[in-house]
Amino acid sequence: MTTLVDRSSAPARRGGAPWAEAVYRAATAGSAWLVLIALVAVAVSMAWGGRLAFQTFGLDFVTSKEWDVVDGRFGALVAIYGTLVSSAIALIVAVPVSIGIALFLTDIAPTWSRRPIATAIELLAAIPSIIYGMWGLFVFAPFMATHVEPWLNDHLGPLPVIGPLFAGPPIGIGMLTAGLVLGIMVIPFIAAVARDVFSAVPVALRESAVALGATRWEILSRVALPYTRSAVIGAIFLGLGRALGETMAVTFVLGNAHDLSASLLMPGNSIAAAIANEFTEADTALYRSSLIALGFLLFVITLIVLTVAKLMLRRVDRSMGRTH
Amino acid sequence: MNAVIRRRRIVDGIALVFAGLATLFGLVFLAWILWTTIANGAAALSPRLFTEMTPPPGASGGLANALYGSAVMVLIALVIGTPIGILAGTYLAEHGRHTRLAAAVRFVNDILLSAPSIVLGLFIYELVVATSGHFSGWAGALALALILIPVVVRTSDEALRLVPDRMREAAFALGLPRWKVSARVLFRAAMNGIVTGALLGLARISGETAPLLFTALNNQFWSADLNAPLANVPVVIFQYAMSPYDEWHALAWAGALILTAFVLALSLIVRLFARTRGK
Repeated sequence: MTTLVDRSSAPARRGGAPWAEAVYRAATAGSAWLVLIALVAVAVSMAWGGRLAFQTFGLDFVTSKEWDVVDGRFGALVAIYGTLVSSAIALIVAVPVSIGIALFLTDIAPTWSRRPIATAIELLAAIPSIIYGMWGLFVFAPFMATHVEPWLNDHLGPLPVIGPLFAGPPIGIGMLTAGLVLGIMVIPFIAAVARDVFSAVPVALRESAVALGATRWEILSRVALPYTRSAVIGAIFLGLGRALGETMAVTFVLGNAHDLSASLLMPGNSIAAAIANEFTEADTALYRSSLIALGFLLFVITLIVLTVAKLMLRRVDRSMGRTH
Repeated sequence: MNAVIRRRRIVDGIALVFAGLATLFGLVFLAWILWTTIANGAAALSPRLFTEMTPPPGASGGLANALYGSAVMVLIALVIGTPIGILAGTYLAEHGRHTRLAAAVRFVNDILLSAPSIVLGLFIYELVVATSGHFSGWAGALALALILIPVVVRTSDEALRLVPDRMREAAFALGLPRWKVSARVLFRAAMNGIVTGALLGLARISGETAPLLFTALNNQFWSADLNAPLANVPVVIFQYAMSPYDEWHALAWAGALILTAFVLALSLIVRLFARTRGK
């Protein structure tokens, strides 16, 4: 009899207090909701903080290149332009290099060297962005000013269409330097995804191509890249999302100039750099609101880019799930 | 025929050389950046860094207040962010696994993971600094926690999903309630992955500068008051590097070296940790 009583009490003891399960469910689901709420709250608070700027300037806020602190007239065009152009330069550098690295790591490098090289490339992503900024300001910008930009002046400056891009004083600080630093920073993000998907190309596909006599380049360009196309595009958008929002590295080397200039050698500005440089100095409500409105624009742009990246990458997960 | 083959071989050779050069390109920049930091930072290293306060222009000093402020804010961020991240990750991997909410949270979490940290800092500014009327260490810690949470959510979700379902079934068969299954069985099995996530997050937030610029701001003096502006290494590096003073540049490089060494050591430890787990 006594044993029966013991047994019936055992599950109750294992289960513990009945409220524990409720607390567990509430805490885990609540934390999950918190992540969802955080994203919405960020967007709403940026829109709310920037409402004064949007109300005052309307659509002009996006299309005006004026940024006059004294008169209190603010337009985002220069910052938006700088963000887009520096990110575009970053991608022009980072995409071919990242795909090259991924090809090297999956097909070419001796097996023993793959892991250390991959780790080293990943460490590029671990270096804090402020270190990129300091290196950019003290080492890379002077290097650009003395070695690269004079050459660009002389050789590309006189060319008809692209000439104006490379005209101007070789001071090292400017859009081109910022874009190159950004490019180096996003290489590890694109390369990591590209390497993963290249090595996930089914062996049967690879072997079929080899059996047809394809070279390694032909396997990459005609088999691996088409097979992994949407993942690679997703990876590029992921890198673009990083580049658009990168702040410290760009702030150091962009020059914080509110001028629109065709030349990539001239100082410029970006959304993130403008906020970082000016926010603590913003002394009027309108000035501060304009900077938060810039933050809102940046958030919306990166949100779109990252959503595209996620959708492209998810499509690959699914299609690869089916083929395996 | 021969010409075609030769042309294909040449194209192939160019591509392979390019791939090698691309890898070299990445490695050269890694070495260049690390070498710059080590060479400039080592020259400025001294015991005074850890005992003296950040100096006014032209004077010598250290980074004691900044190191303290950074350590405190990062620790608070870990204390706030890690439990929330693990709990959310548990929801995604366990009883929420196939729900719509979990799918949405996973999607949003990945976006937060790559969202510009400066915007997250602006958000905390709006939420905490603007409403309380002053910059504070708490605001800085909250901003860092907000950046940490998505990292922990993702890694603990992935670590928990790697735990075989057999273990869940065995635990449920014993009549354990869900919370005990998680606490006693799943967390133990996934401990390595969860710790890895927290350490990765720690490495990420240690170097974050942008969100601290207008939350913790900076403080030239020793202050342990979390309700006041708090000195921290990244913002000190930023201010000192942008200044025209040589003494300040030297301190900025010293701070940069300490920061880089810490973050890279942590990243390498995490990798070793993850690798031993894989075997």
